[in-house]
Amino acid sequence: MYDVQAIRQKFPTLQQQVNGKPLIYFDNAATTHTPMEVLDAVRDYKERFNANPHRGAHYLGIQATELYEQAREKVAAFINAPSPQEVIFTKNATEALNLVAYSYGFSQIQAGDDIVLCISEHHSNLVPWQRVAKLKGATLRYLYLTEDYTLDWEEVREVITTKTALFAIAQMSNVLGTIYPIRELVAYAHQQGAVVVVDGAQSVPHLKTDVQELEADFFVFSGHKVFAPMGIGVLYGRRELLESMPPFLMGGEMVEYVQEQETTFNDIPYKFEAGTPNVEGAVGLASAIDFLAGTSWEAIQEHEEKLTRYALERLQEVPHLKIYGPQAGRTGRGPVIAFTIDGCHPHDVATIVDQDGIALRAGHHCAQPLMNYLKAPATSRISFSLYNTKDEIDVLINSLQGVRGWLGYES
Amino acid sequence: MNLSSLYTELILEHSRNCENKRHLECATCSKRGHNPSCGDDITIELLMEDGKIVDAAFTGSGCAISQASTSMMIDLVKGRSAEEAEELSQIFLGMIKREIKTEEELELLEEAIAFQNISNMPARVKCAVLAWHTLTEAIQEANLHS
Ligand SMILES: Cc1ncc(COP(=O)(O)O)c(C=O)c1O
Ligand SMILES: [Zn+2]
Repeated sequence: MYDVQAIRQKFPTLQQQVNGKPLIYFDNAATTHTPMEVLDAVRDYKERFNANPHRGAHYLGIQATELYEQAREKVAAFINAPSPQEVIFTKNATEALNLVAYSYGFSQIQAGDDIVLCISEHHSNLVPWQRVAKLKGATLRYLYLTEDYTLDWEEVREVITTKTALFAIAQMSNVLGTIYPIRELVAYAHQQGAVVVVDGAQSVPHLKTDVQELEADFFVFSGHKVFAPMGIGVLYGRRELLESMPPFLMGGEMVEYVQEQETTFNDIPYKFEAGTPNVEGAVGLASAIDFLAGTSWEAIQEHEEKLTRYALERLQEVPHLKIYGPQAGRTGRGPVIAFTIDGCHPHDVATIVDQDGIALRAGHHCAQPLMNYLKAPATSRISFSLYNTKDEIDVLINSLQGVRGWLGYES
Repeated sequence: MNLSSLYTELILEHSRNCENKRHLECATCSKRGHNPSCGDDITIELLMEDGKIVDAAFTGSGCAISQASTSMMIDLVKGRSAEEAEELSQIFLGMIKREIKTEEELELLEEAIAFQNISNMPARVKCAVLAWHTLTEAIQEANLHS
C-alpha cells in the first residue's frame, strides 16, 4: 500500500501553512522539496568532512573524495550508465546542456549541418543550440506537434535526415507533460547518423531511467528536481564521445600536466569537472537516490498517474478551462498539466490560488517558442510529485472555481 | 493584502478597458515593455505634439494588474506634457517603493493610487510598474529623436 502520508512526513517544507492554509505544493516541475534524510546527509557531510576531493592526502580530503566518488557510482547505477566515468557532475541540467553544446557542438557541428529540436524544448535545451547553429552556420530545425501534443512520425522522418548532425529533445515536456518515445526516436536518429541529446530534467523524477536502454548519446538532469539540493546536476555521455571532446571549463582538477605554454588534460570524468566541485550537492543527490529507492518506481508511477488522471478529470469541471497537453494516461504523459482559464491571466490565477495556500506556476515556463506555437502567451501549470494527494487536487479545483468570480465575471 | 483589495471593481474595470487598449494609427512613438518572468507584454503608443502627449493607447497582453495599471496611466498622462508625465511616473514608482508618503503627491496619481499597497504582494509589483517604466523609456526615446 502506497502510504503518501508517511512520505509527506519526511518533508519538513510540506508541513507549513501559507496564507493561513496548509501548503499545497504543485510546482514540482520547477523544483521538488527535500526529504529530511537528504538534509541530514548534507549536514552530516558538512559537519564531519567538508574538504576538497582529489586534493591532498589528509583524512578529511580522503573521506570527501570517497563520498564524492560513491555519489558518482550511485548516479551511474541510478541511470544505468555503463560506468561511473561517464557520469559528470555539473551545476544543473542547464550547465550539462551547455557543456555538450560548447564542447561537442562547437567542435563537431559543421556548416550546412542540421540541428533538430522539438518545439516544446525548455530554453536550456534550445538557446545553446541556437547559438551553436548561428556560430557554426548550421540550420536549426524543429519538430512540431500533433493535435494531441505528440510527435508525428511522418514529420520526424522528414525533418531528421542524414543531414542531421545532432538531435536534442526532452524526454518529458515541462509544459505539456508529453512523454516522447525517446527509444524509438533515438533509434531512428541514429540510423540517420545523428548524435542524440536527451534532456531528462522532467522525466527523471517520474520514470525509471535507463540510458543504455534509451541508447542516448548524452543525457542530462538536475538534482533539485529529484529531491536533492540545488546546485548539483548530471551529464551522462557515451565514453567514446566524452573522450574525444575538448574540455569545457579550464582550471584545477581537469588537468594532467600544466606547463607554461601547454597543458594535457585529465581523463574523463575529471576532464569536465574544473574547480572544486559541489561535494555536498553530490552527497545530497546520492541520498535522494536512496530516498527514491525506498519506494518502487511502479508504486510511484501508479500514484502519480492516479493524481494526473484525477486532476485531468476534475479540471473539466472548471468552466472556461482549457488544458494544453495530451489527455492520455501514463505512457503518453507525466504529472504536469498546463491550462488557461478564459479571460483570466495565469498571473492572476496564481495570485488567487496562492491565497488558498496553493503553489502553482504561471508564465511561459522557459519555453517561449512553444508558447508562441500554441498561441498562448502564458499558461498556468500544476505539477505533481510522489507526495501530493487527491485531497490537494480537490482544494485546487475549489479554488479554481472561484477565479473568474474574483476577476469580475458572472460565471 | 487580500484579494478583495487587489481585484477591486476599479481595477477590474480598467483591466478590461477597451478605450485605452487599441492601436494608435498616428502614434509618433511606441515602446514595448515586458516582464520576461511572467509574460506581461505591452506596447505603449504615444502621439506627441510640441512636447505634449495628445493621445496615448496600448496593445498587448498581460494580467489584470498590468492591464489596469497601464490603462490608468494612460488616462492620467493624456493631455499632459512629457515632463509632467515623467514626473507622474516617478511618483508612481516612488509610491510602490514606499518612498513617497505625502498625500498631496499621491493624490496627483488620481485612480492609480489604487496600487499603493501592491508591495504587500511582491510577486505582483512587476506587473504594476511595467507600464510606468515603459512610458518613461518611451518619453526618453522621443526626447532623443526630437
Ligand atoms: C525540460 C527541462 N529542461 C531543463 C531545465 C533546466 O533545469 P535547471 O534550471 O535545473 O538547469 C528544466 C527546468 O525547468 C526543464 O524543465
Ligand atoms: Zn503580471
